[in-house]
Amino acid sequence: MDLNTLWFILIGVLFTGFFFLEGFDYGVGMLLPFLGKGDHGRRLIINTIGPHWDGNEVWLITAGGAMFAAFPHWYATMFSGFYMALVLVLLALIMRGAGFEFRSKVQHPGWRGFWDWMIFAGSLLPALLLPVALFNLLLGTPIDASMTYRGSLIDLLNLRALLWGVVGVLGFIFHGALFLALKASPDLAEQARSIAGRLAPLLVIVLLAASALGYFTTDAATRLGGVLFVVPLLAVVALVIAAAAVRAGRAGFAFLLTGLAILIVVASLWMALYPRVMVSNLNPEWSLTVYNAASGTYTLTIMSYIALAMVPVVLLYQVWSYWIFRKRLLREAKLEY
Amino acid sequence: MYLNPLPRGIEVSQSQLFSYEVKDMDPVALARLQFGITTIYHFFFVPLTLGLSILVAIMETIYARTGNETYKRTTKFWGKLFLINFAVGVVTGIVLEFQFGMNWSEYSRFMGDIFGVPLATEALTSFFLESTFLGIWIFGWDRLSRGLHAAVMWLVAIGSNLSGLWILIANSFMQQPVGFTPAPDGSRLLMTDFGALITNPNIFTQYPHVLTSGITTAGFFVLGISAYHLIRKSADQEAFHRSFRLAAIYAIVGAVLVIVVGHAQTQHVAQNQPMKMAALEALIESENPASFSLFSLVRQGEGEVAELVSIRLPAVLSFLTYNRFSGEVKGIREIQATYAAQYGADDYVPPVMLSYFTFRIMVGAGFLMALLALVTVLLIRRRPVEKIPSLYLRVLLPAMALPYIANTAGWLLTEMGRQPWIVYGLQKTRDAISPAVTPGMLVFSLVLFTLIYGGLLVADLYLLVRFARKGTVEEEPATANLASAY
Repeated sequence: MDLNTLWFILIGVLFTGFFFLEGFDYGVGMLLPFLGKGDHGRRLIINTIGPHWDGNEVWLITAGGAMFAAFPHWYATMFSGFYMALVLVLLALIMRGAGFEFRSKVQHPGWRGFWDWMIFAGSLLPALLLPVALFNLLLGTPIDASMTYRGSLIDLLNLRALLWGVVGVLGFIFHGALFLALKASPDLAEQARSIAGRLAPLLVIVLLAASALGYFTTDAATRLGGVLFVVPLLAVVALVIAAAAVRAGRAGFAFLLTGLAILIVVASLWMALYPRVMVSNLNPEWSLTVYNAASGTYTLTIMSYIALAMVPVVLLYQVWSYWIFRKRLLREAKLEY
Repeated sequence: MYLNPLPRGIEVSQSQLFSYEVKDMDPVALARLQFGITTIYHFFFVPLTLGLSILVAIMETIYARTGNETYKRTTKFWGKLFLINFAVGVVTGIVLEFQFGMNWSEYSRFMGDIFGVPLATEALTSFFLESTFLGIWIFGWDRLSRGLHAAVMWLVAIGSNLSGLWILIANSFMQQPVGFTPAPDGSRLLMTDFGALITNPNIFTQYPHVLTSGITTAGFFVLGISAYHLIRKSADQEAFHRSFRLAAIYAIVGAVLVIVVGHAQTQHVAQNQPMKMAALEALIESENPASFSLFSLVRQGEGEVAELVSIRLPAVLSFLTYNRFSGEVKGIREIQATYAAQYGADDYVPPVMLSYFTFRIMVGAGFLMALLALVTVLLIRRRPVEKIPSLYLRVLLPAMALPYIANTAGWLLTEMGRQPWIVYGLQKTRDAISPAVTPGMLVFSLVLFTLIYGGLLVADLYLLVRFARKGTVEEEPATANLASAY
């Protein structure tokens, strides 16, 4: 396997890590205004992700940084091309981050309510737009011979891609509800579990529809060929089992299965893309690939050593941070505000 | 001296004014304005993060080692202000990471092989470190031992300051490209020597300058707010006495070093970016020995410059540049002619007046801070903190603005003084913007960012003032679980 392929996989791993980790805190953010009855409940919900959301978000920043370092053309074409969508994502992330830090600093209910809704909107927009953006990589966008994107925001917001946005929103709410079922006080955990249970069938149907459309409207089926054809469907299977598990009261197992489903979805997308990273719908020859979009071998080698040294360390201390805060947050506990 | 008439901005009639549309706006100017606003805004919060993270870690270490509860209260008090400041710094930092691709795609293509490496490394080594451990620090007071909790704050401080190092390694390449070769087709640069990239000579003065400016910023921040509580005789005077003394030492260390390093950095600029040097001294003709400007006004346009007023001290610039009263410093005209011959006809003169005044504002604010820090240290050496005249303490309140003025002026000089280059001698700013992004999109994002950033600034200052005033005494929780800790 060459370094270009290795870095393509590594960026896929970073996105998987991002969706797995930040996915549940987006879900928690979207559930916040509806689950938390009263200020104490809301604070408790926020505190389940309080120590983690910022570290989770760095997975996205690192994915962006890795794209810049390993595939500058991919980074340049995607970020300048998907401009308006990214502006919205950035504004959402800004208001969301500020919301977590600011909302409890003032007692006024108006202030807290405002930031709670910012956390909601700031979680909803990226959950919707990032999957839309990633699916468009495969679906194809108007990229010309000079690797310049020649479309607009409307080109990205087509029905097929938006369906993946809906998968993102519903999937992360499901994932986040399972996280709350594991970490929140028993009363909130029970509510979250019941939401997850009711949401599951809808999520399975939408994912099935999005996957089917993905097969029929892109070249994913031919690209995946043979037995790999079934891989994307395993995500659906994982979610069906997760739905059953959550109804059986086994939230932890269901949570791991949504994680598996996220992994399968990103892996399927990456396999269908490879060796391309952005498909041009003007001319297949103009697609960006892991080769024509990449940095030089020297840079890829240096980056490989840095990643090899750092990623295990990062994983270790992030796991440690989850270990420290492993306990369920109880109503009686003293909450850090 | 005769000078051709200079363009004085676009003259438009009333009817033209109304037909002037967004699509006619200059995308380079819009992208630059956006970068300027988002970067300067971000850097409004960064130096305090850099300096205060270390100071809070020092306070908590004292608490961990001595068990003195006063230091626990100071740690929590300054830690809270640190967090309010940090929040805005971190959320506006993501914009910068994405902005290179969004607004400067041709720069990203040209430089990705090199510039992406320190950025990705920054995320892997620093962002993960500071954000993960800050989360542990905020929520971990009851879950970790005293010593371990203090160690966690050190990891946050290391993460923040390490991230500064990586981003300045990236910026140093833009000031002084090293360790690269142009690709055979000339479309981009290729890294050839990672060691050279991270040991760029520019980094050895630029990084210490930013680090010490952060220390100075935090020193004056803590001095000013402590002074407020000393004047008001707020509760818990002990905490503010100790904070004041620590901050006085911190500020003098920072303020002296920032000048020493800044001087070395200017000498490096003189060697390495002669045009920036000539502009910040408004030196039009080459001189040997070169004179230092006390006051100059210059008009410029299309690569031409003309002096309107100039009062200069002979030979002093040579001394500042070479540590002796002789030695040539090249003037703007000569460098412009050299560059035009070397790179082709163009305007290679950065905004002279902006470079000139930002340099003087930065240096002036720097010396004023060194003076204030020195007086403060002398005062606390001779008498207990409570005997410091409140008239002097009152001066320290507005002095909190000085580091912010100096930091902002310094970055304006560094980045504007490099124009028209985005990468010195290799790529011009106007060739670096995204062809896929229209002026309409730029205006849209510019307006949105500006509005949101404005709102955030108001909210952040409101919280800072509110919590700074409140002092170290924690409010009684309204209900059993509604503690307002952190």
